[in-house]
Amino acid sequence: MSTLVDLDRVSLTYGEGRRDSTPALAETSLRISEGEFVAVVGPSGCGKSSLLKLVSGLHRASSGNVIVAEREVTEPIKIVGMAFQNANLLPWRSTLRNVMLPVEIVEPHRSRFRRERQAYVERARSLLHTVGLAGFEERLPWQLSGGMQQRTSLCRALIHEPALLLLDEPFAALDAFTREELWSVLQLLWMEKRFTVILVTHDLREALYLADTIYVMSARPGRILVRHEVGLDRPRTLASTYEPAFVDALATLRGHISDARGNGAHS
Amino acid sequence: MSVYPDASDKPMVSGPRPRLPGSFRLAWPAFLKNAVPDILLPAAFAVAVLVLWELSVRLFDVPAFVLPGPLQFLSVLANRFDAIAGMAMQTVRSTIIGFAAGVTVGLTIGGLIGSSRSLYDMINPTLIGFNAIPSVALIPLFVVWFGVGPHVAVLTSAMVCFFPVTVIVATAIAASSPELDDVLRSLGARKIDVLLKVSIPRAMPQFFGSIKIAITGAFIGTIVAETVAANSGIGYVMVVATNNMDVPLAFAGLIVLSAMGVFFYIASRIIETRLTGWAYRRE
Repeated sequence: MSTLVDLDRVSLTYGEGRRDSTPALAETSLRISEGEFVAVVGPSGCGKSSLLKLVSGLHRASSGNVIVAEREVTEPIKIVGMAFQNANLLPWRSTLRNVMLPVEIVEPHRSRFRRERQAYVERARSLLHTVGLAGFEERLPWQLSGGMQQRTSLCRALIHEPALLLLDEPFAALDAFTREELWSVLQLLWMEKRFTVILVTHDLREALYLADTIYVMSARPGRILVRHEVGLDRPRTLASTYEPAFVDALATLRGHISDARGNGAHS
Repeated sequence: MSVYPDASDKPMVSGPRPRLPGSFRLAWPAFLKNAVPDILLPAAFAVAVLVLWELSVRLFDVPAFVLPGPLQFLSVLANRFDAIAGMAMQTVRSTIIGFAAGVTVGLTIGGLIGSSRSLYDMINPTLIGFNAIPSVALIPLFVVWFGVGPHVAVLTSAMVCFFPVTVIVATAIAASSPELDDVLRSLGARKIDVLLKVSIPRAMPQFFGSIKIAITGAFIGTIVAETVAANSGIGYVMVVATNNMDVPLAFAGLIVLSAMGVFFYIASRIIETRLTGWAYRRE
């Protein structure tokens, strides 16, 4: 499979040249294939989110090369969809119209939107249906639970069919049951459409459930310590998380994280 | 294909969408039940105050040029209704024209300042300095520049509206949410997209907050200007009446002012709930 994202010895320092400059990433290299589901785990503040900002072009690297879709990233790239820990929905828009926001803005959908509005509405409805939100299209965000808002946010990130989905701890604010449900929703969407995903998370079970490849990062400034390939079959289910292979992988990853935090004690 | 048709996280509100303001419950028993606390009690209180007032005035033999009874000033209002109504219309006109002009300019300039960080940082302190001047203090200057007349009232109410709207709108538009900005930037959103689709709708509740301040202020500004520098309007009526010791006429003027104030308040409330209903959670 061809490479979609290629980071070559990338470093990022916030406030470069100032006395209070903070190094966020140091000499990070990784290569992500098209259609691959990647999870990035690491102690908090290790620069996981900075990694996403570099890939999306929202930040420029201090040194090294960021190449996405065979082009050097120098400005925000438009082939990405993003979702965060907060759903960030627009409170005055219905669920459906929140999902439609990207196609009103990003080209080439923007110019087509007026003529083919109905087609886009249909696409948004079918996405909402897939994540279990059929019948909630006309609700306002405050009428939705946290999990439903996050599902909406996922749909918004996918409506313009981005090649690359960037997820920054999207399920961290949800209760355990809702979170596990959304793992399954996300896996299903991914298996159906096969976009490339970079998922930043601090939940190791989440990483193992969803990803093909897991990168463990060190404490700030972040470097990649371990690349772990997850060999588990798909579709994975909650039952898979109790299988010996899953549990063993979890223990190994937990060990890496403890090392990354700089204390040898495996808790 | 739906994964979780019966998703376990239920919506906080189920059933029909919440009732919008302006739709009335017509079911007879509910109407009857609500009529007593909602309408009859407040009305009864208002009538009781007037009756008590009338009785006190008669009982203590208070002269009309000090404090007229309600019957007296209401009859003045009825007898001179045409003249008073004409003056009231002038006041309403001045208030609304000044209000519309002040809000339009304030919204435009506030929007411009708010959508540029550097412009905001540069201009806002000056704006706050100007805002600290009570606009009615400018009336004598308006008279020097433009002479006496209804335009002074219009200018004053416009000035009163302009500053709060500008400052509040600029601050509201300048507020940002970093993650949403990231989403929009990665979509290649232009500045105008962000302004039209996010910043302006998000600023609407604050804008309407400023509208309520503005309409009250415009009204006060108009009346003050009319008492100082006009030859028409309710403010002018008040001055003429008190100069002639015609206190019942002055009270008739006050009643009209009260009615107009309530009218302006209700009008702005209705527009507000229509346009920014999303900002208010309802049962």
